[in-house]
Amino acid sequence: MKEMLYWQALNQALDAEMAADETVFILGEDVGLFGGTYRVTEGLMAKYGEWRVRDTPISENSFTGLGIGAAMLGLRPVVEIMTLNFALLAMDALVNMAAKIPFMSGGQFSMPLTLRMPGGVAKQLGAQHSQRLESILMNVPGLRIVVPATPQDAYWQLRQAIRSNDPVVVLEHELLYFTQGRVDEGAMAPAIHQAVTRRSGEHLTCIAYSRMVQLALQAAETLAKENISMDVIDLRSLSPIDWDTCAHSLEKTHHCLIVEEDCRFAGAGAEIAATLQERCFFLLDAPIQRLGGLDLPTPFNRNLESASIPRTEDILTAARQLVNPG
Amino acid sequence: MDRMNLSAMLRDMLLARAFEEAAAEEYSRGNISGFLHLYPGEEAVAVGVLHAAEPGDYIISTYREHVHALVRGIPARQIMAELFGKKPGICGGMGGSMHLFDSTRRFLGGYAIVGETFPIALGAAYAITYRHLPEAVICFFGDGAVNQGTFHESLNMASLWKLPILFVCENNRYQIGTEIHRHSAVVEVYKRACAYAIPAEKVDGMDVLAVHDAARHALESIRSGDGPQLLELETYRYRGHSMADPGSYRPGSELLAYQAHDPIATAIQLSQSPYPSLEDIRSAGPDCLDQLTDHCSNNELLDEETLTRMKQEVQKIVEDALAFAQASEEPGMQDAWDAFLCNRRFETLMKSPT
Repeated sequence: MKEMLYWQALNQALDAEMAADETVFILGEDVGLFGGTYRVTEGLMAKYGEWRVRDTPISENSFTGLGIGAAMLGLRPVVEIMTLNFALLAMDALVNMAAKIPFMSGGQFSMPLTLRMPGGVAKQLGAQHSQRLESILMNVPGLRIVVPATPQDAYWQLRQAIRSNDPVVVLEHELLYFTQGRVDEGAMAPAIHQAVTRRSGEHLTCIAYSRMVQLALQAAETLAKENISMDVIDLRSLSPIDWDTCAHSLEKTHHCLIVEEDCRFAGAGAEIAATLQERCFFLLDAPIQRLGGLDLPTPFNRNLESASIPRTEDILTAARQLVNPG
Repeated sequence: MDRMNLSAMLRDMLLARAFEEAAAEEYSRGNISGFLHLYPGEEAVAVGVLHAAEPGDYIISTYREHVHALVRGIPARQIMAELFGKKPGICGGMGGSMHLFDSTRRFLGGYAIVGETFPIALGAAYAITYRHLPEAVICFFGDGAVNQGTFHESLNMASLWKLPILFVCENNRYQIGTEIHRHSAVVEVYKRACAYAIPAEKVDGMDVLAVHDAARHALESIRSGDGPQLLELETYRYRGHSMADPGSYRPGSELLAYQAHDPIATAIQLSQSPYPSLEDIRSAGPDCLDQLTDHCSNNELLDEETLTRMKQEVQKIVEDALAFAQASEEPGMQDAWDAFLCNRRFETLMKSPT
């Protein structure tokens, strides 16, 4: 058990998998000599050499495709897309190739490919560098998506992603890289796509993922002082989604609030709300509420930027409203 | 080149032509639907290149790939059944005409988005070099693909890391309906390779021996670690882009001119004259003595009788493939789920809390 930062947990996970399996290699822009823009691959090139930690030209579509071709031959590539905004240039590789080759080949080829992408709204990076693309990727059958919110999950979910024979996208939040937490390298990790309850409550269920889990936990703390107890579920995975954990919570709370940083329109929350109301309609005492980012490119201005995505006070307001309407 | 090889290439070209013509007929009858891109006219390319490939090499092709698959050794039955979308098809009916894959024959697939074959080749070649193996990757693409970003991105990386790839441009001069002078500022594809310091050569793609020779030399050098090469093979498709395309944008005289140099007719002609000449053998390289020996022991010419027998033989293979495809069962939805979930079979994705 060690205290470490989120980026360090990812670094340790890569190191552990590379040491254990020589088919694991990393490629991406500035992952080698430079050590990664968020330091995630720091020290790995010195340890494993340039064939296992490959600095690439700025050619997202082709180096992601390189990972796909190598995965078809049995290697386990970990492709780092410097920020997920650049993944839009690799959408052909992701959507048309990685997600479809195992299927189109009738199951002849596996696709042990991991794609790491930092994203989310950080600190005034402007509209092109503040995106969340999970809903786009969720709509692609064949891609699996994990969204670790803690260093512990970052460590284990990345290791599990590398060991998976399907393509797994790991969405890392830029504001989480320097958050600290305990990482137990020996503990039995939950299954890669399992949701976990971060805090138990009785009056409402808050379903969140990635950085929004932190905000939900802060809100839960405040709400407890008002005698509102909130169950906080960290989804940990957006494809597939662990519906059972969500449904079990609703059996207890009968109220559901979904918090996502992505734009609200047709976002992940829309899918979560739709499926849960189909499955749990008769358990619910009120309509499922969604709190999401504004349907707006992210403004550069600091105040506007911060107001364009859910804040802790927004969660408080929504939770109070849901439990005590009127 | 010994006579056995020449005769095997001729047989594959005849099989390719017969297979594609049969597929066209089945399409007209409604037994094959979807997009169907046919290869007649271009046979010398796939046959010449793939006869120079070793079993250890990897092949990546486009959506016009039935013939590459056939020549690589995928049984005609399994390809035809895939065109019909049937369960015993090479991909269980999940891929179709444009997506043939065969892992055991190292056939890494047909890709239906123009320009996708480059990065796949890059990855396969990276894996080969990573493992220090003397293997090569053969990456087919058309003249239309050279204006995609992946062409330039991938040629750059292939050259930068000296990856073992033979880039094979099947230049049939049309990207669907747009002639090369209207889609490319530089119409000689091989010239583009020099921007990435990749050796490249233009070869007559209607001449199977020239293609085979060029591919064999290139592949030998590539397998020995000299880095990628590019071959531009000038060829022509007799039909439109796909069965949905009558090809009316092309002048009839152009088709006639190319048909006058039909690759199969050329191959037959070559087989019927004493080949190779002593000069050819002398210029062919270090193993010319072996070739000469072979040539002497196989000095008989291909006669009409043999040719007729060969044509009958391939016709039988195609008819058998058709009968097999027609009689085969359709896949069920469970087969689709099995193909989709094939890779997570032994993995615990989530466990419900108790």
